[in-house]
Amino acid sequence: MSRTFVGMPPFPSAAREALGDTQLRHNLAHATGVIRDKRARLVEEQGDLWEPLRLAGAAVKQRALDDLATHLERLEASLTAAGATVHWARDAEEACRVVASVARSHGVDEVVKVKSMATAEIELNEHLEAAGIAAWETDLAELIVQLGEDLPSHILVPAIHRNRAEIREIFLRRMAAVGRPAPADLTDEPEVLAAAAREHLREKFLRAKVGVSGANFAVAETGTLVVVESEGNGRMCLTLPEVLVSVVGIEKVVPTFAELDPLLRLLPRSSTGERMNPYTSMWTGPSAPDGTADGPQEVHVVLLDNGRTRALADDTGRQALRCIRCSACLNVCPVYERTGGHAYGSVYPGPIGAILNPLLTGTGVDEQTDSLPYASTLCGACFEACPVRIDIPEVLVHLRSKVVDGHRGDRVPKPEAVAMKAAGWAFADASRLGLVEKASGLSGRVLSRLSRTTLPGGRPAAGRLPGPAAAWTGARDLPAPPAESFRGWWDRTDGGRSERGTSYDQQQGTSRPYDVPEESG
Amino acid sequence: MKVALSVTCVNDAMFPDVGKAVVRLLRRLGCEVDFPRAQTCCGQPMVNTGYLDEAVGAVRTYVDAFAGYDAVVTPSGSCAGSARHQHAIVGRRAGETGSDPGLASAVAAAAPTYELTEFLVDVLGVTDVGAYFPHTVTYHPTCHSLRMLGVGDRPLQLLREVRGLRLRELPAADQCCGFGGTFAVKNSDTSVAMGADKARHVRSTGAEVLVAGDSSCLMHVGGVLSRQRSGVRTVHLAEVLAATEGD
Repeated sequence: MSRTFVGMPPFPSAAREALGDTQLRHNLAHATGVIRDKRARLVEEQGDLWEPLRLAGAAVKQRALDDLATHLERLEASLTAAGATVHWARDAEEACRVVASVARSHGVDEVVKVKSMATAEIELNEHLEAAGIAAWETDLAELIVQLGEDLPSHILVPAIHRNRAEIREIFLRRMAAVGRPAPADLTDEPEVLAAAAREHLREKFLRAKVGVSGANFAVAETGTLVVVESEGNGRMCLTLPEVLVSVVGIEKVVPTFAELDPLLRLLPRSSTGERMNPYTSMWTGPSAPDGTADGPQEVHVVLLDNGRTRALADDTGRQALRCIRCSACLNVCPVYERTGGHAYGSVYPGPIGAILNPLLTGTGVDEQTDSLPYASTLCGACFEACPVRIDIPEVLVHLRSKVVDGHRGDRVPKPEAVAMKAAGWAFADASRLGLVEKASGLSGRVLSRLSRTTLPGGRPAAGRLPGPAAAWTGARDLPAPPAESFRGWWDRTDGGRSERGTSYDQQQGTSRPYDVPEESG
Repeated sequence: MKVALSVTCVNDAMFPDVGKAVVRLLRRLGCEVDFPRAQTCCGQPMVNTGYLDEAVGAVRTYVDAFAGYDAVVTPSGSCAGSARHQHAIVGRRAGETGSDPGLASAVAAAAPTYELTEFLVDVLGVTDVGAYFPHTVTYHPTCHSLRMLGVGDRPLQLLREVRGLRLRELPAADQCCGFGGTFAVKNSDTSVAMGADKARHVRSTGAEVLVAGDSSCLMHVGGVLSRQRSGVRTVHLAEVLAATEGD
């Protein structure tokens, strides 16, 4: 039985657990570091051409979104003209039902799958399993996740949290139950592991009558679907089975064939750190209606909404639908690098997941989703790396405000809301802030006298404090507030002009305006 | 040149020496420095936590306090970023809710807020500010100065001219330290994990002083370095640039 993300705790709790997993921390730091460096080298190689390419990619996707209905209708017409059957699915349930009914109409109890985020999002495998149909993942990392009854933790490399020793064990323990067993002398060398996966998958490819895929792009002008991949498993699924069902998010539409150009150059560079991906498959309807050529004779396309129109209706959030699922934002994210993907509780983890999930489901629905926009320091590395220029920090702040606004009617406000209201009050008027600072100065004097801790350089500090302050002082010393604020100093000394012999302690780099105890006993 | 110092709420209440250092430095470079008494905070703590309505008063105070100056200078990349990129968001909100209909246009007309190194290098055109700081130093480029403002290597240009200063390169310098405003307490475990890695990189340089342009980030990494009893102290860039042999 495969697992789902249902019931995951909010990000801070899930992250706490993940941070304690030493193997995960090591695997992630290594893997994200490698991909990050590869991408950085290719971007550097592009020099001045990179930014115009990003702008072009963003413009293509934005143009599609700005007039989505028109492009989708054109896509439907082109697909139909090419001989494909188009299905519209409002949500996961409808989409899964279409795939299951196609499989059932051909009397099969198994399908082979190309790696696809849309089908992971709608939990298609679980749905098919309940309908008595086995869905075999054929992408190596997806296979590792599926065999391990695990959850994906990365968009491009769903098993990024696993190292090769763990993968060897999963293959040895699990392959036999679902098909060709792993050889008994399996080692953890990458080539050996890949060969075992190839042997295991080969019989599934040759047997399957129905293939299931997603699509990276769907060209409205021609009705062409595009899948970009590295392993060739996708090409097998797209050409061997007689029937192909593709689940495609409605935001995947690209108006014209020519507009694929910037996207096909941006995606591999941002995603795997390659100039070009090994396999780019394109198909326009069934390949040969008379059955004389390779490829599926029956093609279905499920156009999936599942919250996308909700995201589209959000003026600031809409840009998230430009996402081409490259994972560059995950690989550069300092939060993701440490917590891994499971902490985000979704098949879309990392910075893009932190905005996409609340945009698709809406804020105020559950605590877990509402915690995601806060799972970021707003450092901006994601925006810098995004090939289609999604301003993720901007959307994060926007979604935080939606989360907060959703609680404005609460009968008992959260402590944070009370604190922010108080801060807003104090910051609206300098005389109020001055009073707060005087109180803070007093507390600083007391703290300085009681303090048994000094920061390097000699300033008194608070060590571990109880209550809410523990969130800071559990692992960080906190400088004691100075006895005099800058404002107080400015007033007392006329902006420093009347200060006697302005002392600037060279050694300490500070003039020490706090009370330092003479000697603590 | 008449310059207004936006000292920032964090420096005002917690690190007054940073403000004093900016005053001394800018006066030494021939600027007339004023501290508009009406200033409070740029509003970023509220905005970044999602409390836009609560930030309206702070942004209004900011805009009014600094009206009429040639330039506003602040020793914080984060607060400069807030003034330049977030005030418009708050202004729009204040218009939508009717709490301050004139705020958006007041924000649009406000004098530019410069981060200290931008002001020194771009406006005053200096990199040698006559500083003396005989210590081994490593520099952490804070995220908002680096990516929101794009200050590039301006801080390093300034540090390289400081006499006596030995600069050590910080590994993984462009990675966030993990402060992130309220992130530091809302997601304190992840924040500390990031801070611990930053502290590890700082210690690996052998520097005795960690320098950065944002007091809040320094308070976070410095808090970790202090708890580790690493002996590495944190000093704001403004204090390094203000220090002279005569002090």
